[in-house]
Amino acid sequence: MNPAQSNYGWGLPVAASTYADKIDRSLLILHAAMAAIFVLWAVYMAYCLVRYRKENSPKAVYSHKSTLASYTPDVLIFIFEVWLIFIVGVPIWAHIREELPAPEDATVIRVVAEQFAWLAHYPGPDGKFGRMAPSLVDYANPLGLDPQDPDAGDDVASVNEIRVPLGRPVLVTLTARDVIHSFFVPEFRTKQDAVPGMENSIWFEPVMAGRFEIGCAQLCGLGHYRMRGDIFVLPEDEYAAWMAGEQAGRRP
Amino acid sequence: MTAAVHREESFIGKWIFSRDHKVIGLQYMFTSLVFLLIGFSLILLIRWQLAYPGRPIPFIGDLLPDSLAPGGIMMPDFYNSLGAMHGTIMIFLGIVPLGVGAFGNYFLPLQIGAKDMAFPTLNMSSYWVYFVGGVLMLSSFVLPGGAARAGWTSYVPLSVISSGQTTWLLAMTFLITSSLLGAINFIVTTLNLRAPGLTWSRLPLFAWAQFVTGLILLFAFPVLQAGAVLQLLDRVAQTSFYMPQGLIISGELSQRGGGGNALLWQHLFWFLAHPEVYVLLLPPMGIVAEILANGTRKPIFGYKEVAGSFCFIAVLSFMVWAHHMFVSGLKTSLSYLFMTTTMTISIPSIAILTCFLLSLKDASIRFTVPMLFSLAFLPMFGIGGLTGLPLGFTPTDVYLHDTYYVIGHFHYVVVTGTLIALFGGIYYWFPKMFGRSMNMFWGKVHFWGTIVLMNLIFFPMFIQGLAGVQRRLYDPTVQLHNLTVQPTNVLMSYASWGLLLFQVPFIVNFFWSIFKGARSEENPWQATTLEWACPSPPLPHVNFEKVPTVHRGPYEYSVPGREADFWPQNEEN
Repeated sequence: MNPAQSNYGWGLPVAASTYADKIDRSLLILHAAMAAIFVLWAVYMAYCLVRYRKENSPKAVYSHKSTLASYTPDVLIFIFEVWLIFIVGVPIWAHIREELPAPEDATVIRVVAEQFAWLAHYPGPDGKFGRMAPSLVDYANPLGLDPQDPDAGDDVASVNEIRVPLGRPVLVTLTARDVIHSFFVPEFRTKQDAVPGMENSIWFEPVMAGRFEIGCAQLCGLGHYRMRGDIFVLPEDEYAAWMAGEQAGRRP
Repeated sequence: MTAAVHREESFIGKWIFSRDHKVIGLQYMFTSLVFLLIGFSLILLIRWQLAYPGRPIPFIGDLLPDSLAPGGIMMPDFYNSLGAMHGTIMIFLGIVPLGVGAFGNYFLPLQIGAKDMAFPTLNMSSYWVYFVGGVLMLSSFVLPGGAARAGWTSYVPLSVISSGQTTWLLAMTFLITSSLLGAINFIVTTLNLRAPGLTWSRLPLFAWAQFVTGLILLFAFPVLQAGAVLQLLDRVAQTSFYMPQGLIISGELSQRGGGGNALLWQHLFWFLAHPEVYVLLLPPMGIVAEILANGTRKPIFGYKEVAGSFCFIAVLSFMVWAHHMFVSGLKTSLSYLFMTTTMTISIPSIAILTCFLLSLKDASIRFTVPMLFSLAFLPMFGIGGLTGLPLGFTPTDVYLHDTYYVIGHFHYVVVTGTLIALFGGIYYWFPKMFGRSMNMFWGKVHFWGTIVLMNLIFFPMFIQGLAGVQRRLYDPTVQLHNLTVQPTNVLMSYASWGLLLFQVPFIVNFFWSIFKGARSEENPWQATTLEWACPSPPLPHVNFEKVPTVHRGPYEYSVPGREADFWPQNEEN
C-alpha cells in the first residue's frame, strides 16, 4: 500500500501545515453553528407540522402581528457572523495570505503551471532566479532559462515534483503560461490560482516530513484530471543533500 | 363572456407567434421543461464516468460517435463538454426560463389584474430569441468543433483557446438579449398595469419577487453581454482583451499582442452570475410564499419583512461577486470587504426563511402536493444557504474552493431549493393554466422519490468536498486524495438514475392531466390572490371578465368573523 494514502480518509486529510489547524478549527466552528441552526429550524418545523396540521388545528389564527421577537434569529446570526469575520476570520486570512515570510528565512520556489504539469524553479545557492525567455522553452529546458544569464547557472528545475525542507516556511510564487490552473495541496489546506500574466505569492510551512499531493483545482483542459504532482517534505539534511546532488549533476 | 374583442386567430397566430402572455408563458414552460430534461440527461452520462471511470457506458455508449466516446468510453473532452453544457442548459435554458419566463409571464399579469404584459410584441420576441439561442446552444453538439468545454463559467484563457466556444458565446448573446427584453417588460408591467387598489403593500409576494428579479436582470446582464462580446472578439478577431502577453500554448509562443487581463473576465462574469443566483432564487421564494399562505390558511408572517428582504438581497447581490475569486489572485485585502458583504447577504435570506417558518405557527396546515414541495423547500434551501457560509468565509474557502463542497452547496440551493419550489408551482397553478388538475397520488409519488433521491445525490458532495475532491475531474481516481471517498460516487450515480425514473410519473401526469385530468373550477385551492378571480384557463387576451378592483392585502385567510376562511383581494365584502 502506498504510504501517502494514509494521509487521506473520510473527512479532512491530515493537517500537515502550521496553519492547517486554524482552518480546521474554523471549519469546525462553522459546521457546529450550521448544524445547531439547522436542528433548531428542523425541530421547530417538525413541531409545527404536527401541532398545526388540519386535524389538530382546524382553524388558523389570523394575525398580522410581526413582533420584534421574530428578528431574534437574524440578530443572533448577524452577531455570530460579525464575531466570526472580525475576531476569527480576519486574523487567519491576514496570517495565511498577507503575512508572507521574508525570502531570506524561507525556501523560495517559483511554480509555473502549464497544461498539464507543475514546473518548479529553484534559485539555487545564489538565491537569484535566472532570467527566462518564452522563446527558449523546449523539452530539455522546460522553464526556458537563459544560459547566458549568470544567475541561471545554479538554478534547479523539476517537473511535477517539489522538494522542500522541513522546519522552514516555503514561499511559492505562482504563475501559469497558458491557462488558469490552481495549486491545491489538501494536507496543507492551501489553494491558489496560477494565472497567466500574474504572479501570486503564497506560503506554507510543513509540520511533518512525507509526500503530499498537488492537485489542479481549476479546469484547465482535457488533462485537468491528471494534472497532479507531489510535494516531498524532507528533513533539512536530506534536502541539502538533494540540492547538492542537483548542483553536482549540473556541473560535473 | 365579454364581447370577443379579438378577431378569430389562425393556429399559428394563436399558438406559435402569439402575443398573449399566457400562451408565451406556456411556450416558455414546455421549452424550459424539455431543456431541463436534456440538461439532466447530460449529467447522467457524467455520473457513469464518475462512478466507473474508463468503463464503456452501457446502452448509450454504442450510440455515441467515436469522436466523443470510442468503444463507448467517454473521452475527457466530451466529459468537459457535458459538464459545461449541463451547467449552461440548466441555468440559462432551464431554471431561469421556467421561473421567470414561464411563471412570470403567465402569472404576473394575472396576479396584478392586468390584461397582458405591457409590451406583448416584445414579450413574443423575448421567447423566440430564447428559443433560437437554445437551439443554437444545443446544436453545438453536432456543429464542427463540438460543444463548449471550458465550464459554464468559461474562464479565459482556456475558453478563448477551446473549440466550441464561439457557438456558446453566440448562443449566450441570444439568451441574454431575451432576458433583457423580458426584464424590461416585467418591470414596466408591474409599475403601470396594476389593477385599481393594488398598492405596493397589497402586491402578492410572487409579483414582488418577479419585479425585483426583473430589476436584477436589467442591471446584471448587460455586463455579461459586453464581456461575452469581448471574449468573442478575442476568439474570432485575435484581439487580446483577456489574453496577457507571452502565453505559451502547447509549446507555441502566442503571437497575440497581449496586454489583456485574465481576471477581467471573472469580474465581468461574476458581476452577472452572482446576482443570477438570486434570479434563480427569488421567483421560487415568491411561489413558496403563495403556496404557504394558501396551505396554512393564514397570512404570511412578516409580509413586509419578506418583500423588504427581496429588495435588500437585490441591492446586496451586486456587491458580493468577488467571493468567487478569493483564491484567484485578487488583491488579498479586498477579500475582507467581499467576505463581509457575503456574510451580510445571508441575513435577509435567513429573515425570509424565519418568516416562512413562523408562518406555520397557529396555522391549519393542508398537506396538498404543492404544499409538500413548498414545505420541503424550507429545510432544503436551509442546507443550501448554510453551506454557503464556509464558502463566503475566506479562511475556509481557501480549502473548499473548487471542490465538490461548492457543487453540493449550489445544487442544494438551485435544485432542492429552486427546482422543488418550481415543481410545487406547477402543481399549484396547473388548474389555472389548463382548467384541470393533476393527479395528486402520482404527485406524491413524484415528490417523495424526488426529494429522497436528490438528497442522496447532493449530500455526499459535502463529504467529498471536505475530503478535498476537486470539481470537474474526468477521472477522480487518478489523484490519491480522492480514492477513499470514491464509493460515494457510485451511490450518487445510482441515485441520479433513480431520480430520472421518478420524473416519469411527473411527465406522464403532466401530459395526461392536460387532456384527461379532473375538471377544475375557477378557484380550486380557495385562494385569495387575483389570478384565481378569472376563469380557468383565463380568457384569451383579456384574462378577466371585468377588470378587478383590489380591496385588501394578498393573504387574508381565516379573517375572524367571516364564514369562509379566505377573503379574495377583489371581493368587496
